[in-house]
Formats: sequence, structure tokens, C-alpha cells
Amino acid sequence: MIDLTMNGLAVSVEDGSTLLEAAQFLGFPIPTLCHMEGLSPYGACRLCVVEIGEGPKSRLVTSCTYPAQEGLKVRTASARVLSARRMVIELHLASCPQSKVIQDLASALGVRQQRFKQEHEDCILCGRCVRMCKEQMAAGAIGFRARGERRSIGTPFDVKSDVCRLCGGCIYVCPACQLRCTYTEPEKAICGGCANLRPPCAGEEKFGQMMCYMDPCVACEIKKD
Amino acid sequence: MTIAATPPKPEDLKSILDKHRGTRGDLIATLEDVQERYGYLPQDALRFVAEHTGRSLADVYGVATFYRYFRLDPRGRHLISACLGTACHVRGGSAIVAEIERQLGVQAGGTTPDGEFTFETVNCLGACALGPVVVIDGHYFSKVTKSQVRQLLDRAREGFNKVDVARDKRVFPVELSCPHCNHSLMDRTFDIDGYPSIKMTVSFAHTHGWLRLSCLYGSFNVLSEYDIPMDTVLNFFCPHCHAELMRTSDCPMCGAPMVPMIVRGGGMIQVCARRGCKCHRLDLV
Repeated sequence: MIDLTMNGLAVSVEDGSTLLEAAQFLGFPIPTLCHMEGLSPYGACRLCVVEIGEGPKSRLVTSCTYPAQEGLKVRTASARVLSARRMVIELHLASCPQSKVIQDLASALGVRQQRFKQEHEDCILCGRCVRMCKEQMAAGAIGFRARGERRSIGTPFDVKSDVCRLCGGCIYVCPACQLRCTYTEPEKAICGGCANLRPPCAGEEKFGQMMCYMDPCVACEIKKD
Repeated sequence: MTIAATPPKPEDLKSILDKHRGTRGDLIATLEDVQERYGYLPQDALRFVAEHTGRSLADVYGVATFYRYFRLDPRGRHLISACLGTACHVRGGSAIVAEIERQLGVQAGGTTPDGEFTFETVNCLGACALGPVVVIDGHYFSKVTKSQVRQLLDRAREGFNKVDVARDKRVFPVELSCPHCNHSLMDRTFDIDGYPSIKMTVSFAHTHGWLRLSCLYGSFNVLSEYDIPMDTVLNFFCPHCHAELMRTSDCPMCGAPMVPMIVRGGGMIQVCARRGCKCHRLDLV
């Protein structure tokens, strides 16, 4: 067991656990985007930052990749942490204004406005799908490509992969394209437009045989009524 | 005319893979060698590497696209890099880039349809005081102006390997003749390095054909009618009197015969008859 201080509380956590796992075990909420149980920690979204250390030497680290250390002093919700998280989620929101997951997180973190230009990239490069494909589906059909602002996720050479089994796992774990509200005007950034949504699959013949990853599905809910 | 892209051969790739197998960071080294071999990374080669290293193609492709050094499209015969670093930019680098793009008709990063030029921009070449800098086939050009671009492209097409004798004192042309009949061996109809070549007849392993040497002292460029394997010891004949140029001494480096020729203006040159051996001796009177 490792003894450390979390938010002023002397706690002990299991060997080998990360700060995120420790915080979750102890019930301190830490928002995450790229983290997913069963996938290796990646530290891409920077949303799970926590402050470690004390005084001028304190610094922000991603809790999902930082292993718990003996005597470490961790703060999961200090003013510095919260303002960093707000900035991070605002940037994520700018690249994916349509994502319900990101909208909810932004809302929960108290982000009420967007200062940045909306990019509608529909991907925050969190790598969940890449890790899902590689680690859980053992396929490795998709991966990161290129670098810098041209970085994207997809199959090699942009052709259908030989190893892809069309399992849909990548779509299932995606925080950006899950329940994406692409059917309203993109100008209406922080959604609300869903009230006017005409479900794309409801009553459409061509969607009859398709797998659906929406849970709960807006269209199905509407159909029920 | 398109670039004759040789399809990757499995045995070539296999030997590259065997060379790097099991070493740390072998993927990048492997891809470097593949690119060395083909000039770019062919899709089939990437698939082959992925298959034989146990990595997913997505991983290999990710590495290949991450590094700027790796290219997935065939490269033109000449590579032009124009610097767009801060210093070059304020000295008008972007105008040079635009001019090159206009004259070649391709955007930066592209290759001309005839496969002659690949044009790319770079962020700094470390020669900021000389900006704007353009590099063509490893030759640096400083303080390039828009009006020079046309001339630079023409020179690139010609090749920069034409040695400027007036500038380089180490390199000078020699005129040779046969030691038997004293006929000139110079072939003014066929240039090597931009100067008339030295034509001789050679024979090896029942093959008989012409061989042309560069007349520049210090240049080892050679052309021959038939492919001569490395380390073959050749017999040299005068193309005029057909007499064999007999050995005068042994090569101090490899022991093969040294073949004599007369230098116009007085003197004798001896060259080693072994293909690939660069030993030669010049005795001026």
C-alpha cells in the first residue's frame, strides 16, 4: 500500500495504481475524456489534471498516467486545477462543439461561453478508438497519421483496412462522435437545438439494417411515444 | 514520361528486415533503408514491413507519416528545397517559393508530372544570413532573387555535376593518346562531366566493348558498353591501332596491372586496370 495525501486527507492506495484510480477509489471526482477502463492510460485530453507537490514547486500532472507515490500531496480540485480544466474543456469544445459528451463536461465545469473559434473537427485525437481497436479488438486497423495540425485518425492510406472487422468499437467509445448533434445548424454551438431534431433513422428504410450505438437512442425514444 | 517506380521485391525487403531484426528502434531504421532503396516508401513495402515485423500496418503507417523524412510518393529526379524560415521569409523567401511554384506548376510538396522536380519548403537551413536560401540537389544557393529562379531550374535540369574547371584547381582535364600509335583517345562526340571522354576498348571474360573515362583528373566517372562487375581486371586496347596497352607496373593498392597512356603536352598516366580501384599515377615531364 502507498500512503499519500489527497485533498488534505491521509489515505493509502494499492501499489501500482495511478492517481486517477486512487481518486476514483476514494470518491474524488475527476473528469476524463481519453481515459477508459480496460484501455491503457494515454494522457491525451489533459482533462484529468491534478496538482501535486506544495507551494511554488507544485505542478499539474495528468492523473491518469501519474503513478501514486509514497508521501505525495495531491489536490484534485484546487483553483489552479479547475481553471486549467476549464481552459482544456473550452478548447475541446472549440474543436468539437457538437459533441454531447464534451458539452456536458463543459457545462459541469462551469463553462458557459466559448471564446475560441469553432473548428468542427469532430475529433479531439484522444486516441480512445485507436486503443480500443488495438487493445480490446486486437485488430490495429486504425491509428494516428501525420503530425501537428495535420494529425488525424484513420486507416492507413485511407482505404478500407484488411484487418477491420467492422465491429464498431471505435464509434462506440468515441466521446466526440457519440450522440453528435450534426443535424442542426452548426452555428448553434452549445446545442439546445436537439429539440428540433428530426431523427435521421426514424422511419427511413435505408437505416433499417444498421447497427445503432446510440444508448439511449433519441430516435427510438421518440418512436416509442 | 513518368518515374519508373520499380515495384518492391520481397527479397530486397527481406534482407533489409533481416539486417535490423531485433534491434531497438528497428522500425525507423528499417523504413530509412527501404526509402534509401526505392527513394520513397511504396505502399507494398509498408505492408510487407508491417507483416514481417508483427506490427500493425496502422502503426507502421503512423511512423511513416509522422516523420517528414519519410515520403510516400516517388520523388522527382531533382529535389528543390526553398527555405521559409523567419530570416529567409523576411528577405522574400515566400516570393521565391511562389516563383518556383509558378515555373514548375506544382505546389510546395509536389512533384512535377514529368518526374523531373520535387519541390518542398523547409523551415530553416541554418544559413539565415544568406537568405533567401534555395537548395537544389544538395547545392546551396544564397540570396536568391526571383529572376535567378529560371536559371537555377535550367542548371538543375542540366545537372550541377558539370565541374567548373576554372574554379576548382584540383580538377583539370587531361588529353590522352595511345602509347603505341599516338592517336588521340579523346572522343569529342561523347562528353563525360561536360568534357570529351577518353574512349578505349576493353575486354573481360569473352566480352569486348568500349569504355569511356572522364578526362578530368580526379574524376572517376566511367561509362561502358557492358556492365563490368566490380573487381574485374580488364584488358585495355587502343580503339585505333587495336594494340593492347601492356602493363608497365603493378598497382600499389591492389596488385593489378597498371595501364599506361600518353598525356598530350608531355607525360604519362597509368591507371589501374581493376574496376573499382581508383589507383592512378600521373608523371608529367
